[in-house]
Amino acid sequence: MPVSAQSQKAFKAAFRSTLPIMAGFLFLGSGYGLYMRSLGLEPWWPMLTSLLIYAGSMEFVTARLLLGAFDPIGAFLMTLAVNSRHVFYGLALLDSYQVPQKQYLIFGLCDETFSINSSAKVDEDINRGLFYTWVTALNQLYWLAGSTIGAFLWGLVSRVELKGLDFVCTALFAVIFLDSFLKEKSHASSTLGIVLSGACLFILGDGFILPALFLIVLALMLLHKPLGRFYEHD
Amino acid sequence: MSTIERLATIALVILGTQLTRHLSFWIFSKNNEPSWVKYLGKALCPAIFGFLLVYSLKGYGSTAWQAAAALGVTALLHIFKRQMLLSIAGGTLCYMLLVNLIG
Repeated sequence: MPVSAQSQKAFKAAFRSTLPIMAGFLFLGSGYGLYMRSLGLEPWWPMLTSLLIYAGSMEFVTARLLLGAFDPIGAFLMTLAVNSRHVFYGLALLDSYQVPQKQYLIFGLCDETFSINSSAKVDEDINRGLFYTWVTALNQLYWLAGSTIGAFLWGLVSRVELKGLDFVCTALFAVIFLDSFLKEKSHASSTLGIVLSGACLFILGDGFILPALFLIVLALMLLHKPLGRFYEHD
Repeated sequence: MSTIERLATIALVILGTQLTRHLSFWIFSKNNEPSWVKYLGKALCPAIFGFLLVYSLKGYGSTAWQAAAALGVTALLHIFKRQMLLSIAGGTLCYMLLVNLIG
């Protein structure tokens, strides 16, 4: 297959998989752009941070950091804490991301991109590296477009009227979870994920992310012997 | 904060984010991946999907029943139709209708 035809095929599949993220990111991104402007920052700040940080929740935190006292070490440590979950995404994608475009894929590994790329059953005749790259690039484009729109909408609208559209990201995660649940041979990992995350959130509140992920890894390690046979093959 | 200080802050946020994204790939390459990492890499995905679902539901405390209803619609659509886009669109539409019309 010629290169351009291959790329087109991968693009089509990626575009279809990322449609819900287009809706979610245009909405959430414009919320971010509006938020930055409401803090008195010029439009190029949300655009720059969306393009280069590209980690939604951390960008909202960054907006606050830019208005406080200069504390680079604090900003760095805060980033590690907020984004620590990415370490676990990397662990889950170690094999699949061994493709020529690896460096860019790792650069753009946000929650939504992880959920698409780790759950997608890519057809045999589609180049996996190209598919992952298009998913990553499209998601980044949606986010950048959203925050740019928001940045320039400031002053024209007082409030975004599509209240509740942010649920599209929650629905995406729900469907990806359910889809994998309905297909898997063992429900152990899915169940552990929901129960341990839910319990940690209930007990610890906002600081639940790292304890939940550590407990999940610990439980899966302890269950290596009985569960191993379910996770041997692709 | 001056513009230079702001840019420095952003540079460190970028550095921190990239560190968390690259770390696993630096520690384990395809050739030195021990068997427990191989197992974990595969076994971890369904659990992380569960984690992401809980994580994304965190902010819906004030509209808990609307979110629960919309989640139910999403799940039912997916169990019976198995079309990702339809399930996501249906669930989102349900949530938007509930919060805008009923409040």
